[in-house]
Amino acid sequence: MGKPIVKIEDVWFHYNNHPVLTEVNMVIYPKDFIALIGPNGGGKTTLLKLMLGLLNPDRGTVRIFGCSPAKVSHRIGYVPQDVNANKNFPITVTDVVLMGRLTPKWKCRRYSKKDKEAVLSALEKLEMTTYADHPIGELSGGQRQRVFIARALVSNPEILFLDEPTANVDAHGQTELFTLLKQLNQHTTILVVSHDFLAVSSYIKSVTCVNQDVHQHDAAEVTQEMLDLSYQCPVELVAHGLPHRVLQKH
Amino acid sequence: MIEALQFEFMRNALIAGIMASIICGIIGTLVVVNRIVFLAGGIAHAAYGGIGLAFILEIPYLVGIFGFSLLAAFIMAGVTLKSKDRSDTFIGVIWAVGMALGVLLLDIKEGYNIDLMSYLFGSILTVPRNELWAMFLLAICIFAAVIYFYYDLLAMSYDNEFAKLRGVPVNFLHFMLNGMIALSVVMVIRMVGLILIIALLTIPPYIAEKYTGSLSTMMVVSALLSLLFTISGLWLSYSINLTSGATIIMVAAAVFFVSRIVDWIQIIVNTK
Repeated sequence: MGKPIVKIEDVWFHYNNHPVLTEVNMVIYPKDFIALIGPNGGGKTTLLKLMLGLLNPDRGTVRIFGCSPAKVSHRIGYVPQDVNANKNFPITVTDVVLMGRLTPKWKCRRYSKKDKEAVLSALEKLEMTTYADHPIGELSGGQRQRVFIARALVSNPEILFLDEPTANVDAHGQTELFTLLKQLNQHTTILVVSHDFLAVSSYIKSVTCVNQDVHQHDAAEVTQEMLDLSYQCPVELVAHGLPHRVLQKH
Repeated sequence: MIEALQFEFMRNALIAGIMASIICGIIGTLVVVNRIVFLAGGIAHAAYGGIGLAFILEIPYLVGIFGFSLLAAFIMAGVTLKSKDRSDTFIGVIWAVGMALGVLLLDIKEGYNIDLMSYLFGSILTVPRNELWAMFLLAICIFAAVIYFYYDLLAMSYDNEFAKLRGVPVNFLHFMLNGMIALSVVMVIRMVGLILIIALLTIPPYIAEKYTGSLSTMMVVSALLSLLFTISGLWLSYSINLTSGATIIMVAAAVFFVSRIVDWIQIIVNTK
Protein backbone atom coordinates (compact mmCIF):
# COMPACT_ATOMS: atom_id res chain seq x y z
CA MET A 1 0.00 0.00 0.00
CA GLY A 2 2.96 2.30 0.49
CA LYS A 3 3.20 5.31 2.75
CA PRO A 4 -0.08 7.09 3.51
CA ILE A 5 -0.43 10.41 1.68
CA VAL A 6 -3.12 11.76 4.00
CA LYS A 7 -2.99 11.22 7.73
CA ILE A 8 -5.55 12.68 10.10
CA GLU A 9 -5.04 12.13 13.81
CA ASP A 10 -7.53 12.93 16.57
CA VAL A 11 -9.03 15.92 14.77
CA TRP A 12 -11.85 17.93 16.33
CA PHE A 13 -13.68 20.82 14.74
CA HIS A 14 -16.64 23.01 15.67
CA TYR A 15 -18.57 25.99 14.29
CA ASN A 16 -19.95 28.31 17.01
CA ASN A 17 -20.21 25.74 19.84
CA HIS A 18 -21.68 23.23 17.44
CA PRO A 19 -19.43 20.19 17.09
CA VAL A 20 -19.01 19.19 13.45
CA LEU A 21 -16.24 16.61 13.71
CA THR A 22 -15.15 14.75 16.83
CA GLU A 23 -12.13 12.52 17.29
CA VAL A 24 -11.51 11.93 13.61
CA ASN A 25 -8.80 9.52 12.56
CA MET A 26 -8.30 8.79 8.90
CA VAL A 27 -5.61 7.52 6.58
CA ILE A 28 -5.52 7.65 2.79
CA TYR A 29 -3.08 5.49 0.81
CA PRO A 30 -1.88 6.14 -2.75
CA LYS A 31 -4.10 5.03 -5.66
CA ASP A 32 -7.16 4.71 -3.47
CA PHE A 33 -10.55 5.77 -4.84
CA ILE A 34 -12.63 6.81 -1.88
CA ALA A 35 -16.25 7.82 -1.59
CA LEU A 36 -16.88 10.17 1.31
CA ILE A 37 -20.51 9.69 2.23
CA GLY A 38 -22.76 10.95 4.98
CA PRO A 39 -25.85 13.08 5.64
CA ASN A 40 -26.04 16.80 4.88
CA GLY A 41 -24.38 18.69 7.71
CA GLY A 42 -22.50 15.56 8.71
CA GLY A 43 -19.15 17.26 8.12
CA LYS A 44 -18.09 15.97 4.68
CA THR A 45 -17.18 19.36 3.24
CA THR A 46 -15.61 20.43 6.54
CA LEU A 47 -13.39 17.35 6.51
CA LEU A 48 -12.41 18.15 2.93
CA LYS A 49 -11.57 21.76 3.81
CA LEU A 50 -9.47 20.59 6.75
CA MET A 51 -7.50 18.39 4.36
CA LEU A 52 -7.06 21.34 2.00
CA GLY A 53 -5.87 23.62 4.79
CA LEU A 54 -8.75 26.05 4.21
CA LEU A 55 -9.84 25.36 7.80
CA ASN A 56 -7.69 24.60 10.83
CA PRO A 57 -8.70 21.91 13.35
CA ASP A 58 -9.41 22.84 16.97
CA ARG A 59 -7.33 19.88 18.02
CA GLY A 60 -5.32 17.17 16.33
CA THR A 61 -3.20 17.14 13.20
CA VAL A 62 -3.77 16.84 9.47
CA ARG A 63 -0.79 15.83 7.35
CA ILE A 64 -0.74 15.69 3.55
CA PHE A 65 2.41 14.22 2.00
CA GLY A 66 3.80 14.51 5.54
CA CYS A 67 3.38 18.30 5.63
CA SER A 68 0.74 20.72 6.90
CA PRO A 69 -1.99 21.07 4.23
CA ALA A 70 -1.55 24.81 3.58
CA LYS A 71 2.06 24.18 2.50
CA VAL A 72 1.23 21.54 -0.09
CA SER A 73 -2.28 22.54 -1.16
CA HIS A 74 -1.00 23.34 -4.68
CA ARG A 75 -0.24 19.62 -5.12
CA ILE A 76 -3.91 18.77 -4.60
CA GLY A 77 -6.51 18.96 -7.35
CA TYR A 78 -9.76 20.40 -5.99
CA VAL A 79 -13.20 20.59 -7.56
CA PRO A 80 -15.49 22.72 -5.38
CA GLN A 81 -19.16 22.06 -4.88
CA ASP A 82 -20.73 25.31 -6.00
CA VAL A 83 -20.12 25.70 -9.71
CA ASN A 84 -22.86 28.32 -10.08
CA ALA A 85 -21.12 31.00 -8.03
CA ASN A 86 -19.89 34.07 -9.92
CA LYS A 87 -21.73 33.19 -13.12
CA ASN A 88 -21.60 36.71 -14.53
CA PHE A 89 -17.88 37.13 -14.02
CA PRO A 90 -16.21 38.19 -17.29
CA ILE A 91 -13.88 35.23 -17.75
CA THR A 92 -13.42 32.63 -20.47
CA VAL A 93 -13.23 28.86 -20.00
CA THR A 94 -9.51 28.92 -20.86
CA ASP A 95 -8.79 31.58 -18.23
CA VAL A 96 -10.66 29.59 -15.58
CA VAL A 97 -8.66 26.45 -16.33
CA LEU A 98 -5.41 28.47 -16.40
CA MET A 99 -6.00 29.23 -12.70
CA GLY A 100 -5.11 25.59 -12.09
CA ARG A 101 -1.58 26.32 -13.35
CA LEU A 102 -0.89 28.97 -10.70
CA THR A 103 1.95 28.12 -8.32
CA PRO A 104 2.92 29.69 -5.01
CA LYS A 105 5.19 32.62 -5.81
CA TRP A 106 5.38 36.36 -5.45
CA LYS A 107 6.59 37.17 -8.92
CA CYS A 108 4.71 38.92 -11.66
CA ARG A 109 2.81 36.05 -13.29
CA ARG A 110 2.53 35.42 -17.00
CA TYR A 111 1.28 32.12 -18.37
CA SER A 112 3.70 30.21 -20.59
CA LYS A 113 3.07 28.28 -23.76
CA LYS A 114 3.39 25.10 -21.72
CA ASP A 115 0.60 26.28 -19.43
CA LYS A 116 -1.67 26.92 -22.39
CA GLU A 117 -0.91 23.51 -23.89
CA ALA A 118 -1.72 21.85 -20.56
CA VAL A 119 -5.04 23.69 -20.51
CA LEU A 120 -5.89 22.49 -24.01
CA SER A 121 -5.10 18.88 -23.18
CA ALA A 122 -7.14 19.06 -19.95
CA LEU A 123 -10.09 20.48 -21.88
CA GLU A 124 -9.65 17.75 -24.45
CA LYS A 125 -9.84 15.06 -21.75
CA LEU A 126 -13.20 16.47 -20.69
CA GLU A 127 -14.38 17.06 -24.28
CA MET A 128 -14.69 20.78 -23.71
CA THR A 129 -12.22 22.02 -26.35
CA THR A 130 -14.94 23.66 -28.44
CA TYR A 131 -15.88 25.88 -25.48
CA ALA A 132 -12.33 27.08 -24.79
CA ASP A 133 -13.05 30.71 -25.70
CA HIS A 134 -16.63 30.85 -24.39
CA PRO A 135 -17.49 32.96 -21.34
CA ILE A 136 -18.01 30.63 -18.39
CA GLY A 137 -21.45 32.13 -17.74
CA GLU A 138 -22.81 30.83 -21.07
CA LEU A 139 -22.25 27.19 -20.13
CA SER A 140 -24.73 24.82 -18.51
CA GLY A 141 -24.18 23.60 -14.95
CA GLY A 142 -22.82 20.26 -16.14
CA GLN A 143 -20.45 21.93 -18.60
CA ARG A 144 -19.19 24.27 -15.90
CA GLN A 145 -18.56 21.21 -13.73
CA ARG A 146 -16.37 19.78 -16.47
CA VAL A 147 -14.42 23.03 -16.69
CA PHE A 148 -13.75 22.91 -12.94
CA ILE A 149 -12.60 19.32 -13.21
CA ALA A 150 -10.27 20.36 -16.04
CA ARG A 151 -8.98 23.16 -13.78
CA ALA A 152 -8.21 20.60 -11.07
CA LEU A 153 -6.51 18.21 -13.52
CA VAL A 154 -4.41 20.77 -15.38
CA SER A 155 -1.68 20.70 -12.73
CA ASN A 156 -1.42 16.87 -12.82
CA PRO A 157 -2.21 16.59 -9.11
CA GLU A 158 -1.12 13.60 -7.04
CA ILE A 159 -4.45 13.58 -5.25
CA LEU A 160 -7.84 14.74 -6.45
CA PHE A 161 -10.69 15.96 -4.21
CA LEU A 162 -14.15 16.33 -5.71
CA ASP A 163 -17.02 17.79 -3.68
CA GLU A 164 -20.38 16.49 -4.98
CA PRO A 165 -19.22 16.35 -8.60
CA THR A 166 -22.47 14.88 -9.87
CA ALA A 167 -24.82 17.48 -8.37
CA ASN A 168 -25.34 19.28 -11.70
CA VAL A 169 -24.87 16.34 -14.03
CA ASP A 170 -27.45 14.03 -15.62
CA ALA A 171 -27.23 10.22 -15.45
CA HIS A 172 -25.30 9.94 -18.72
CA GLY A 173 -22.86 12.62 -17.61
CA GLN A 174 -22.35 10.84 -14.29
CA THR A 175 -21.35 7.61 -16.00
CA GLU A 176 -18.93 9.48 -18.27
CA LEU A 177 -17.44 11.37 -15.33
CA PHE A 178 -16.84 8.27 -13.25
CA THR A 179 -15.40 6.37 -16.20
CA LEU A 180 -12.91 9.21 -16.59
CA LEU A 181 -12.15 9.24 -12.85
CA LYS A 182 -11.58 5.51 -12.87
CA GLN A 183 -9.10 5.95 -15.69
CA LEU A 184 -7.32 8.76 -13.80
CA ASN A 185 -7.23 6.55 -10.72
CA GLN A 186 -4.47 4.48 -12.33
CA HIS A 187 -2.06 7.26 -11.36
CA THR A 188 -3.99 9.53 -9.03
CA THR A 189 -5.54 9.10 -5.61
CA ILE A 190 -9.16 10.22 -5.72
CA LEU A 191 -11.60 11.23 -3.02
CA VAL A 192 -15.19 11.95 -4.00
CA VAL A 193 -17.77 13.50 -1.69
CA SER A 194 -21.18 12.15 -2.55
CA HIS A 195 -24.61 11.98 -1.02
CA ASP A 196 -25.72 9.43 -3.60
CA PHE A 197 -23.67 6.42 -2.63
CA LEU A 198 -25.26 3.91 -4.97
CA ALA A 199 -24.39 6.02 -8.02
CA VAL A 200 -20.68 5.76 -7.25
CA SER A 201 -20.50 2.32 -5.64
CA SER A 202 -19.41 0.43 -8.74
CA TYR A 203 -16.39 2.68 -9.41
CA ILE A 204 -14.82 3.20 -6.02
CA LYS A 205 -12.34 1.13 -4.04
CA SER A 206 -13.26 2.16 -0.50
CA VAL A 207 -15.85 4.06 1.48
CA THR A 208 -15.56 6.54 4.32
CA CYS A 209 -18.66 7.41 6.32
CA VAL A 210 -18.75 10.87 7.88
CA ASN A 211 -21.36 11.81 10.45
CA GLN A 212 -19.56 13.86 13.09
CA ASP A 213 -17.25 10.87 13.48
CA VAL A 214 -15.51 9.00 10.68
CA HIS A 215 -15.50 5.30 9.80
CA GLN A 216 -13.35 3.92 7.02
CA HIS A 217 -14.31 0.78 5.14
CA ASP A 218 -11.62 -0.86 3.06
CA ALA A 219 -13.74 -2.51 0.44
CA ALA A 220 -16.40 -0.97 -1.74
CA GLU A 221 -19.20 -2.89 -0.19
CA VAL A 222 -22.47 -1.61 1.08
CA THR A 223 -23.08 -1.81 4.78
CA GLN A 224 -26.23 -0.95 6.66
CA GLU A 225 -24.44 2.09 8.10
CA MET A 226 -23.70 3.49 4.64
CA LEU A 227 -27.28 3.23 3.53
CA ASP A 228 -28.58 4.70 6.75
CA LEU A 229 -26.15 7.58 6.32
CA SER A 230 -27.14 8.09 2.72
CA TYR A 231 -30.84 8.07 3.24
CA GLN A 232 -31.05 9.17 6.87
CA CYS A 233 -33.67 6.54 7.58
CA PRO A 234 -33.45 2.78 8.00
CA VAL A 235 -33.15 1.03 4.66
CA GLU A 236 -33.09 -2.71 4.16
CA LEU A 237 -30.32 -4.22 2.12
CA VAL A 238 -31.69 -6.08 -0.85
CA ALA A 239 -29.54 -8.11 -3.21
CA HIS A 240 -30.54 -8.11 -6.86
CA GLY A 241 -28.29 -10.98 -7.81
CA LEU A 242 -25.43 -10.99 -10.29
CA PRO A 243 -24.29 -9.08 -12.25
CA HIS A 244 -25.67 -6.21 -10.21
CA ARG A 245 -24.50 -7.53 -6.87
CA VAL A 246 -22.97 -4.69 -4.86
CA LEU A 247 -23.35 -6.45 -1.55
CA GLN A 248 -21.19 -8.82 0.34
CA LYS A 249 -22.55 -12.35 0.52
CA HIS A 250 -24.29 -12.94 3.81
CA MET B 1 -16.35 72.96 -24.72
CA ILE B 2 -13.32 74.01 -26.80
CA GLU B 3 -13.71 77.70 -25.87
CA ALA B 4 -14.05 76.66 -22.21
CA LEU B 5 -10.58 75.15 -22.39
CA GLN B 6 -8.98 78.60 -22.57
CA PHE B 7 -9.55 78.76 -18.79
CA GLU B 8 -6.90 76.99 -16.72
CA PHE B 9 -9.43 75.65 -14.23
CA MET B 10 -11.29 73.99 -17.08
CA ARG B 11 -8.10 72.40 -18.43
CA ASN B 12 -7.23 71.16 -14.92
CA ALA B 13 -10.74 69.80 -14.54
CA LEU B 14 -10.40 67.90 -17.78
CA ILE B 15 -7.03 66.39 -16.81
CA ALA B 16 -8.41 65.46 -13.37
CA GLY B 17 -11.40 63.87 -15.06
CA ILE B 18 -9.25 61.78 -17.39
CA MET B 19 -7.08 60.46 -14.56
CA ALA B 20 -10.01 59.80 -12.26
CA SER B 21 -11.75 57.91 -15.08
CA ILE B 22 -8.79 55.60 -15.60
CA ILE B 23 -8.55 54.94 -11.86
CA CYS B 24 -12.29 54.39 -11.44
CA GLY B 25 -12.33 52.05 -14.42
CA ILE B 26 -9.65 49.82 -12.91
CA ILE B 27 -10.59 49.94 -9.24
CA GLY B 28 -14.34 50.06 -9.88
CA THR B 29 -14.07 46.85 -11.92
CA LEU B 30 -12.34 45.09 -9.02
CA VAL B 31 -14.91 46.49 -6.57
CA VAL B 32 -17.85 45.27 -8.65
CA VAL B 33 -16.55 41.76 -9.40
CA ASN B 34 -15.49 41.25 -5.77
CA ARG B 35 -18.93 42.50 -4.61
CA ILE B 36 -17.44 44.96 -2.16
CA VAL B 37 -19.44 48.02 -3.21
CA PHE B 38 -20.64 48.49 0.37
CA LEU B 39 -17.08 48.31 1.64
CA ALA B 40 -15.96 50.90 -0.92
CA GLY B 41 -18.84 53.11 0.23
CA GLY B 42 -17.70 52.69 3.82
CA ILE B 43 -14.16 53.76 2.98
CA ALA B 44 -15.39 56.76 0.98
CA HIS B 45 -17.59 58.04 3.80
CA ALA B 46 -15.15 57.32 6.60
CA ALA B 47 -12.72 59.52 4.64
CA TYR B 48 -14.74 62.49 5.87
CA GLY B 49 -13.16 61.94 9.29
CA GLY B 50 -9.82 62.57 7.61
CA ILE B 51 -11.00 65.98 6.40
CA GLY B 52 -11.93 66.97 9.95
CA LEU B 53 -8.63 65.64 11.23
CA ALA B 54 -6.67 67.60 8.62
CA PHE B 55 -8.32 70.88 9.67
CA ILE B 56 -7.79 70.25 13.40
CA LEU B 57 -4.13 69.30 13.00
CA GLU B 58 -3.64 71.96 10.32
CA ILE B 59 -2.04 69.52 7.92
CA PRO B 60 -2.74 69.47 4.17
CA TYR B 61 -6.21 68.04 3.61
CA LEU B 62 -4.86 65.46 1.15
CA VAL B 63 -2.54 64.05 3.85
CA GLY B 64 -5.31 63.84 6.43
CA ILE B 65 -7.80 62.21 4.14
CA PHE B 66 -5.15 59.89 2.72
CA GLY B 67 -4.04 58.62 6.13
CA PHE B 68 -7.50 58.32 7.59
CA SER B 69 -9.12 56.46 4.70
CA LEU B 70 -6.15 54.12 4.46
CA LEU B 71 -6.55 53.33 8.18
CA ALA B 72 -10.30 52.78 7.79
CA ALA B 73 -9.66 50.58 4.74
CA PHE B 74 -7.18 48.37 6.59
CA ILE B 75 -9.48 48.01 9.61
CA MET B 76 -12.29 46.96 7.28
CA ALA B 77 -9.97 44.61 5.40
CA GLY B 78 -9.00 42.94 8.67
CA VAL B 79 -12.63 42.50 9.70
CA THR B 80 -13.87 41.18 6.36
CA LEU B 81 -10.95 38.75 6.20
CA LYS B 82 -11.91 36.94 9.43
CA SER B 83 -15.67 36.99 9.81
CA LYS B 84 -17.54 37.39 6.57
CA ASP B 85 -21.03 36.99 8.05
CA ARG B 86 -21.24 40.14 10.19
CA SER B 87 -18.70 42.27 8.40
CA ASP B 88 -21.35 44.39 6.68
CA THR B 89 -22.57 45.67 10.05
CA PHE B 90 -19.03 46.55 11.07
CA ILE B 91 -18.47 48.42 7.80
CA GLY B 92 -21.68 50.34 8.46
CA VAL B 93 -20.39 51.36 11.89
CA ILE B 94 -17.03 52.61 10.58
CA TRP B 95 -18.89 54.39 7.78
CA ALA B 96 -21.00 56.34 10.30
CA VAL B 97 -18.23 56.91 12.86
CA GLY B 98 -15.91 58.36 10.22
CA MET B 99 -18.52 60.87 9.09
CA ALA B 100 -19.56 61.81 12.64
CA LEU B 101 -15.94 62.30 13.63
CA GLY B 102 -15.44 64.63 10.67
CA VAL B 103 -18.45 66.74 11.64
CA LEU B 104 -17.45 66.94 15.32
CA LEU B 105 -13.84 67.85 14.60
CA LEU B 106 -14.99 70.67 12.33
CA ASP B 107 -17.37 71.81 15.12
CA ILE B 108 -14.47 72.03 17.56
CA LYS B 109 -12.44 74.11 15.13
CA GLU B 110 -14.63 77.12 15.81
CA GLY B 111 -15.05 79.92 13.37
CA TYR B 112 -13.56 77.85 10.62
CA ASN B 113 -15.85 78.37 7.71
CA ILE B 114 -15.11 75.87 4.99
CA ASP B 115 -17.28 74.76 2.17
CA LEU B 116 -18.32 71.29 3.28
CA MET B 117 -20.49 70.85 0.25
CA SER B 118 -17.41 70.82 -1.96
CA TYR B 119 -16.18 67.69 -0.18
CA LEU B 120 -19.56 66.00 -0.14
CA PHE B 121 -20.46 66.71 -3.75
CA GLY B 122 -17.13 67.62 -5.24
CA SER B 123 -15.78 70.65 -7.05
CA ILE B 124 -13.79 69.49 -10.00
CA LEU B 125 -13.45 73.08 -11.21
CA THR B 126 -11.24 74.05 -8.26
CA VAL B 127 -8.69 71.23 -8.50
CA PRO B 128 -5.28 72.91 -8.13
CA ARG B 129 -2.25 71.95 -10.17
CA ASN B 130 -0.25 70.32 -7.32
CA GLU B 131 -3.13 67.97 -6.62
CA LEU B 132 -3.08 66.94 -10.25
CA TRP B 133 0.49 65.80 -9.74
CA ALA B 134 -0.49 63.86 -6.62
CA MET B 135 -3.28 62.22 -8.59
CA PHE B 136 -0.88 61.34 -11.35
CA LEU B 137 1.56 59.66 -8.95
CA LEU B 138 -1.17 57.66 -7.25
CA ALA B 139 -2.57 56.64 -10.60
CA ILE B 140 0.84 55.30 -11.64
CA CYS B 141 1.13 53.31 -8.39
CA ILE B 142 -2.28 51.70 -8.83
CA PHE B 143 -1.61 51.01 -12.49
CA ALA B 144 1.68 49.28 -11.70
CA ALA B 145 0.24 47.20 -8.85
CA VAL B 146 -2.69 45.98 -10.95
CA ILE B 147 -0.46 45.05 -13.89
CA TYR B 148 2.01 43.26 -11.63
CA PHE B 149 -0.64 41.30 -9.75
CA TYR B 150 -3.16 40.98 -12.59
CA TYR B 151 -3.44 37.18 -12.66
CA ASP B 152 -3.42 36.95 -8.86
CA LEU B 153 -6.21 39.53 -8.65
CA LEU B 154 -8.13 37.72 -11.38
CA ALA B 155 -7.86 34.38 -9.56
CA MET B 156 -8.73 35.91 -6.18
CA SER B 157 -11.74 37.77 -7.58
CA TYR B 158 -13.12 34.76 -9.42
CA ASP B 159 -12.54 32.04 -6.83
CA ASN B 160 -10.90 33.16 -3.61
CA GLU B 161 -10.72 29.67 -2.12
CA PHE B 162 -9.15 28.04 -5.16
CA ALA B 163 -6.68 30.91 -5.54
CA LYS B 164 -5.61 30.34 -1.94
CA LEU B 165 -5.06 26.64 -2.63
CA ARG B 166 -2.86 27.47 -5.59
CA GLY B 167 -0.66 29.60 -3.36
CA VAL B 168 -1.89 33.03 -4.43
CA PRO B 169 -1.27 35.49 -1.55
CA VAL B 170 -4.98 36.23 -1.16
CA ASN B 171 -4.75 37.86 2.27
CA PHE B 172 -2.11 40.31 1.09
CA LEU B 173 -4.11 41.04 -2.06
CA HIS B 174 -7.24 41.67 0.03
CA PHE B 175 -5.41 44.35 2.02
CA MET B 176 -3.82 45.74 -1.14
CA LEU B 177 -7.20 46.02 -2.87
CA ASN B 178 -8.66 47.83 0.15
CA GLY B 179 -5.66 50.14 0.19
CA MET B 180 -6.08 50.89 -3.50
CA ILE B 181 -9.77 51.69 -2.98
CA ALA B 182 -8.75 54.16 -0.28
CA LEU B 183 -6.22 55.78 -2.64
CA SER B 184 -8.82 56.04 -5.38
CA VAL B 185 -11.29 57.60 -2.99
CA VAL B 186 -8.75 60.24 -2.05
CA MET B 187 -8.21 61.10 -5.69
CA VAL B 188 -11.79 61.18 -6.80
CA ILE B 189 -13.17 62.95 -3.72
CA ARG B 190 -12.13 66.33 -5.15
CA MET B 191 -13.99 65.68 -8.36
CA VAL B 192 -17.35 64.25 -7.51
CA GLY B 193 -17.29 64.30 -3.72
CA LEU B 194 -17.39 61.39 -1.36
CA ILE B 195 -21.14 60.85 -1.59
CA LEU B 196 -21.03 60.40 -5.33
CA ILE B 197 -17.82 58.38 -5.58
CA ILE B 198 -19.74 55.14 -5.36
CA ALA B 199 -21.65 55.92 -8.53
CA LEU B 200 -18.45 56.47 -10.50
CA LEU B 201 -16.90 53.30 -9.07
CA THR B 202 -19.90 51.11 -9.83
CA ILE B 203 -21.95 52.37 -12.79
CA PRO B 204 -19.29 52.17 -15.54
CA PRO B 205 -18.08 48.65 -14.53
CA TYR B 206 -21.64 47.44 -14.19
CA ILE B 207 -22.46 48.51 -17.74
CA ALA B 208 -19.10 47.25 -19.04
CA GLU B 209 -19.43 43.80 -17.44
CA LYS B 210 -22.24 42.81 -19.78
CA TYR B 211 -20.32 43.59 -22.95
CA THR B 212 -16.88 42.27 -22.09
CA GLY B 213 -15.32 38.81 -21.86
CA SER B 214 -12.34 39.42 -19.62
CA LEU B 215 -11.41 41.43 -16.56
CA SER B 216 -8.86 43.55 -18.44
CA THR B 217 -11.26 44.58 -21.21
CA MET B 218 -13.86 45.30 -18.52
CA MET B 219 -11.36 47.70 -16.94
CA VAL B 220 -10.66 49.43 -20.26
CA VAL B 221 -14.33 49.73 -21.22
CA SER B 222 -15.20 51.02 -17.72
CA ALA B 223 -12.48 53.64 -17.96
CA LEU B 224 -13.74 54.76 -21.40
CA LEU B 225 -17.33 54.95 -20.15
CA SER B 226 -16.14 56.90 -17.12
CA LEU B 227 -14.33 59.30 -19.40
CA LEU B 228 -17.45 59.72 -21.52
CA PHE B 229 -19.58 60.47 -18.46
CA THR B 230 -17.04 62.87 -17.00
CA ILE B 231 -16.47 64.89 -20.17
CA SER B 232 -20.13 65.09 -21.15
CA GLY B 233 -21.07 65.87 -17.55
CA LEU B 234 -18.48 68.63 -17.42
CA TRP B 235 -19.67 70.06 -20.71
CA LEU B 236 -23.32 69.99 -19.59
CA SER B 237 -22.54 71.59 -16.25
CA TYR B 238 -20.52 74.31 -17.98
CA SER B 239 -23.10 75.10 -20.62
CA ILE B 240 -26.19 75.14 -18.40
CA ASN B 241 -24.44 76.14 -15.17
CA LEU B 242 -25.04 73.12 -12.95
CA THR B 243 -22.98 71.52 -10.17
CA SER B 244 -20.35 69.52 -12.03
CA GLY B 245 -20.10 66.44 -9.76
CA ALA B 246 -23.83 65.85 -9.63
CA THR B 247 -24.15 66.37 -13.39
CA ILE B 248 -21.46 63.77 -14.11
CA ILE B 249 -23.32 61.26 -11.94
CA MET B 250 -26.67 62.02 -13.57
CA VAL B 251 -25.19 61.45 -17.03
CA ALA B 252 -23.79 58.10 -15.84
CA ALA B 253 -27.12 57.16 -14.26
CA ALA B 254 -29.00 58.05 -17.45
CA VAL B 255 -26.77 55.76 -19.53
CA PHE B 256 -27.11 53.07 -16.86
CA PHE B 257 -30.91 53.09 -17.11
CA VAL B 258 -30.87 53.24 -20.91
CA SER B 259 -28.59 50.16 -20.98
CA ARG B 260 -30.98 48.35 -18.62
CA ILE B 261 -33.98 49.22 -20.78
CA VAL B 262 -32.15 48.02 -23.90
CA ASP B 263 -31.50 44.73 -22.07
CA TRP B 264 -35.17 44.32 -21.20
CA ILE B 265 -36.22 44.98 -24.76
CA GLN B 266 -33.66 42.43 -26.00
CA ILE B 267 -34.98 39.82 -23.57
CA ILE B 268 -38.56 40.48 -24.65
CA VAL B 269 -37.64 40.30 -28.34
CA ASN B 270 -35.64 37.10 -27.82
CA THR B 271 -38.40 35.31 -25.93
CA LYS B 272 -41.02 36.14 -28.57
